[in-house]
Amino acid sequence: MALSEPAPRPAQEQIRPTDSGDSAFAAAARAVALRAPLRPAVPVPMPVAPGTAELSGPVFGTADVGPLDHDLTRQHRGEPVGERIVVAGRVTDRRGRPVRGQLVELWQANAAGRYAHPLDRHPAPLDPHFTGAGRCLTDGDGRYRFVTIRPGAYPLGGANDAWRAAHLHFSLFGTAFTQRLVTQMYFPGDPLLPDDIIRNAVSDAAARARLVSALDRALGEPGRSLGYRWDIVLDGPSATWTEGAR
Amino acid sequence: MLLPPTPSQTIGPYYGTALPFPGGGDAAPAGHPAAVTLHGHVRDGEGAPVPDALLEFWQAAPDGSLAGAPGSLHRDGETFTGWARVPTDRDGHYVLRTLLPGGAPYLALCVHARGLDRHLFTRVYVTEPPGDALLAALPADRRATLLARPEAGRRTAYRFDVQLQGDGETVFLDWSAGD
Repeated sequence: MALSEPAPRPAQEQIRPTDSGDSAFAAAARAVALRAPLRPAVPVPMPVAPGTAELSGPVFGTADVGPLDHDLTRQHRGEPVGERIVVAGRVTDRRGRPVRGQLVELWQANAAGRYAHPLDRHPAPLDPHFTGAGRCLTDGDGRYRFVTIRPGAYPLGGANDAWRAAHLHFSLFGTAFTQRLVTQMYFPGDPLLPDDIIRNAVSDAAARARLVSALDRALGEPGRSLGYRWDIVLDGPSATWTEGAR
Repeated sequence: MLLPPTPSQTIGPYYGTALPFPGGGDAAPAGHPAAVTLHGHVRDGEGAPVPDALLEFWQAAPDGSLAGAPGSLHRDGETFTGWARVPTDRDGHYVLRTLLPGGAPYLALCVHARGLDRHLFTRVYVTEPPGDALLAALPADRRATLLARPEAGRRTAYRFDVQLQGDGETVFLDWSAGD
């Protein structure tokens, strides 16, 4: 399936009856309250047995990702509205070793701050030329690159009229299942950053800062787009970690 | 000297245009005689179904290999890739069709959902292996949350529910301990 085709409509896109009429803020708060486990996660006994599945992980290749899947501005007949950007960086583990040939997925709102998703009721215009989903594989040095448009901010509602700062959702795989990462990237200098309640879910200020990309003119296409650099460091043990310096 | 990791952020409610793909839960090659069904519900702390969870499974092939294979996102109907991705439906139900793993008899499971700042890792044991260090370390009631139950009268179907919170809360795993 090419990314430009309509995505399958999983039933998860249905609004729960109890949520109808709620603000996005209320629905998010309810999810946080009722879904986070109450018990601490159980540490996996170390050292793990040989053949522990989680120290390896899925592999992807050219069968999975098409040559234009990284370019969210070329998935439809026309160009999307918005400020064209390039977002690129390097994926490594905590020892700085590149994560090679691995899948990176991205999804985002359009330039007006609306997702092409039936659950998004924000009355901002949809863009018929923008789905807001892309994929790529990291290269031999762990580098990824997307061409897209800068997403808009959007309201969550609630009593304090909370807004999300502009952000890109990222999904990453390492060499091990334990290194799975789903996260969000932000833009430097965005005045909404200090008040973004999702970003502020990361309590450590230094860690929060690592979610913000940097303007990097060298990554953009001259006369066409600005570039933003965002390097990603995956956590968690992997098969090579068990042989490494513990 | 370790680099500081990039923090996790919630998957949110809008991943549906990007992450699910056709055949995501069809890990078993089409018509494979050894295919089994693993299914269940994801529920929240009030017992309500979670209709917007995304489940990812990673497992050994029947011969025990953990090498995996490309092609999960565009399944060719023949290759066993070891990886599957399934969103829950409006009733919080998921269905995976797969082959039983060789070697250690479990599937690794990663649960994503709105409301979770970070995804949750757990394991789905299709049998209870003797001497498994993780299971041995758990009290019996907690251990039971990791065991898939064969469906009565069906040799090829297993049930595994994920209770995110509260009574019967599934055991979730912390992989950061060794880092």
